[in-house]
Amino acid sequence: MFKILNAQFIAPGIKRFVIEAPRIAKKQRPGQFVIIRVNETGERIPLTIEKSDPEKGTVNIVVQSIGKTTNLLNSLETGDSILDMVGPLGKPSEIENFGTVVVIGGGVGTAMAYPTASAMKRIGNRVITIIGGRNKDLVLLESEMREVSDTVFVTTDDGSYADKGLVTDKLRQLIENGTRIDLVLAVGPIPMMRAVADMTRKERIKTMVSLNPIMIDGTGMCGGCRVLVEGKSEFACVDGPEFDAHRVDFAILVQRNAMYRDAEKRSLEDYKHEVESKKTAAPAEEVACALEAKK
Amino acid sequence: MSTPPTSKTPVKKSSNPIPNKERIKMPRQHMPEALPQVRNKQFTEVNLGYSAELARQEALRCIECAKPSCTKDCPVGVKVKEFVQLIVDGDFMGAAAKIREDNVLPAITGRVCPQEDHCEGACLLCNKGESLGIGYLERFVADYEQQHFDVTTVVKAPPTGKKVAIVGSGPSGLTAAGDLVQKGHQVHVFEALHEIGGVLVYGIPEFRLPKKIIREQVDIMRAMGVEFETDVVVGRTVTIDELMEEEGYDAVFVGTGAGLPQFMGIPGEHLNGVYSANEFLTRINLMHAYEFPKYDEPMVDFRGKNVAVIGGGNTALDAIRSSLRLGAGHAFILYRRSEAEMPARIEEVKHAKEEGVEFQVLAAPLEFLDDGKGWLKGARCQKMELGEPDSSGRRRPVPIVGSEYEIPLAVAIMAIGTTANPIIQTTTPGLATTKRGYIQADDTTQKTSRHGVFAGGDIVTGGATVILAMGAGRRAAKSIHEYLTTGEW
Repeated sequence: MFKILNAQFIAPGIKRFVIEAPRIAKKQRPGQFVIIRVNETGERIPLTIEKSDPEKGTVNIVVQSIGKTTNLLNSLETGDSILDMVGPLGKPSEIENFGTVVVIGGGVGTAMAYPTASAMKRIGNRVITIIGGRNKDLVLLESEMREVSDTVFVTTDDGSYADKGLVTDKLRQLIENGTRIDLVLAVGPIPMMRAVADMTRKERIKTMVSLNPIMIDGTGMCGGCRVLVEGKSEFACVDGPEFDAHRVDFAILVQRNAMYRDAEKRSLEDYKHEVESKKTAAPAEEVACALEAKK
Repeated sequence: MSTPPTSKTPVKKSSNPIPNKERIKMPRQHMPEALPQVRNKQFTEVNLGYSAELARQEALRCIECAKPSCTKDCPVGVKVKEFVQLIVDGDFMGAAAKIREDNVLPAITGRVCPQEDHCEGACLLCNKGESLGIGYLERFVADYEQQHFDVTTVVKAPPTGKKVAIVGSGPSGLTAAGDLVQKGHQVHVFEALHEIGGVLVYGIPEFRLPKKIIREQVDIMRAMGVEFETDVVVGRTVTIDELMEEEGYDAVFVGTGAGLPQFMGIPGEHLNGVYSANEFLTRINLMHAYEFPKYDEPMVDFRGKNVAVIGGGNTALDAIRSSLRLGAGHAFILYRRSEAEMPARIEEVKHAKEEGVEFQVLAAPLEFLDDGKGWLKGARCQKMELGEPDSSGRRRPVPIVGSEYEIPLAVAIMAIGTTANPIIQTTTPGLATTKRGYIQADDTTQKTSRHGVFAGGDIVTGGATVILAMGAGRRAAKSIHEYLTTGEW
């Protein structure tokens, strides 16, 4: 059991958990992730590590409510526990003094990019960060990113905050301005990562993306997270999660991530129904008790 | 004529009243089984187990060889003759204790061991008819023990003060743990997944090895003093060096099992509907996907669909029989050699056929076909014939030119073996590996190139069987004990 020491929504549908996990906290490096299982009947899903505190033995994860498991997880509060959490998994990011690194975070991907941006800065890189969100509420970790970046740009799809547009618009500006870029790291929704890859491929800028395929064990045993990298099968859990963006077949990733769409939809509907019926069940019980008392 | 017992080796006189020449005429007692047309729709166990009466009847067939080849051919050296005699005597707990001297997982090996390759294959009764049902008897005794086990009777060995870390809770790790705890060492088992048992839990389906059995065997080990810790990926969560330097382990046994599933490298392997057997079986066994939506892990819809498993080993048969249970309309094995070369246990092949699995042997897929939306719709296959034997000693499959044909398929499951998982090797400096990336370990001592680190099972040999992994665990435990008591490497 892994105890939740603190749980707080940081944006609508996005929650930050501080979890007691001393072993993971001690070993976590930028770019790595955890797999969690909420309860006995739960599935295993990979989640982003925002940061960890080896002294306190805590790990922060940032979770966006999307399917049943993430909704269930985000219903947990301070003091609750998660049944299983395993990690840190995957290869850590390659941290080197590249020169100028552009870190691009989209939505909750920003949480995954944050520790790498921080480490890149510490080793001496000039770090330019671009944070993208659909709207103002979904721009995450801006102040944290400002602390570890030389420059931070923010874009929102709807223009409700900072610059209206996509992260790639900002990246294009940087390229067109003649900014020397030695490495791009992009973490976020697949269409965003793919668009970044397409843009930097032409410019021959080395680009890394952190992939999020469906995963079960996370240790290289099941092969479910295989991604097609230059025509070859690689496993995101042991060969990744970061890959050279220019070699990744994004279309296959999109297709494979849609494999259980129907089941996922059903699980979510069932879960929401269950939550609703619990809400309405409580007053019903009270009524029953009252009737019982009358007799 | 029996040899008179000497004072050095007291041999208990057999209480079997039947003369040897009569015993060899007795037929082997069949294992009661669930009906094929009932069991192929559910995940409950196929073999139902001997009754005490059947077990005693079968035990009476043992001809009590002076030099039992069954024990010699057992990777862990179970004293078959002695435990079978105890069954004849009606001392089932005594029989269990006798097995336990050499095998800490009898309820498991009694179910999944390929006995025909070991004890039963060596049984002299084979010359006259069918071998003694050693596996069935072992299972009976183990299940009896389970029902009558009293935790309070466990006698713990006096502590030696030495700590051993076991990495991986599969058959080799559990065996090493069981042997070492009986010597008084403090044993701590690390497991990457959320359940103890490794391949026994994620790989072998409920209908062949119920999870309850594994949990009970593990509970016995817990009672013996073994500590278990789940959710630890050694190499990632903690390294071997940290275990030895910071957590005070005097020795480490690595039994992490085989790793990355292999694919054929043919077009279409990334289509939705193409699985590795490891993923498919993990979803079913560890994650209970067959109980969706009660359990959250999903599985594609198999009902009424054509499903093929590529491969001919036990994993392939576990996968195809699981597919039937998920409602597959047409389930078949695609194997590139002939049935004679299949590595699967004979009993599994028999069970699969009874349940309705079709065997398309001497055939292999060349390409998986896309339905245009990223889902599998079929396979283009090629027929094979057998050529000269290859390095494995089996006749090599040779493609027949112009024999290509197509089959419609909704699901294809690749069960063609695994390659080495790199996590331990890449995070343990100085740990020597083989050309294929497996950990190098001595055949008899299981010692690796790193002082105090031992390894065994599939991570050393590549994919093999439960009992061979257990044999390695046993050898490792012996040499770990020697190392811990003498300090000599």
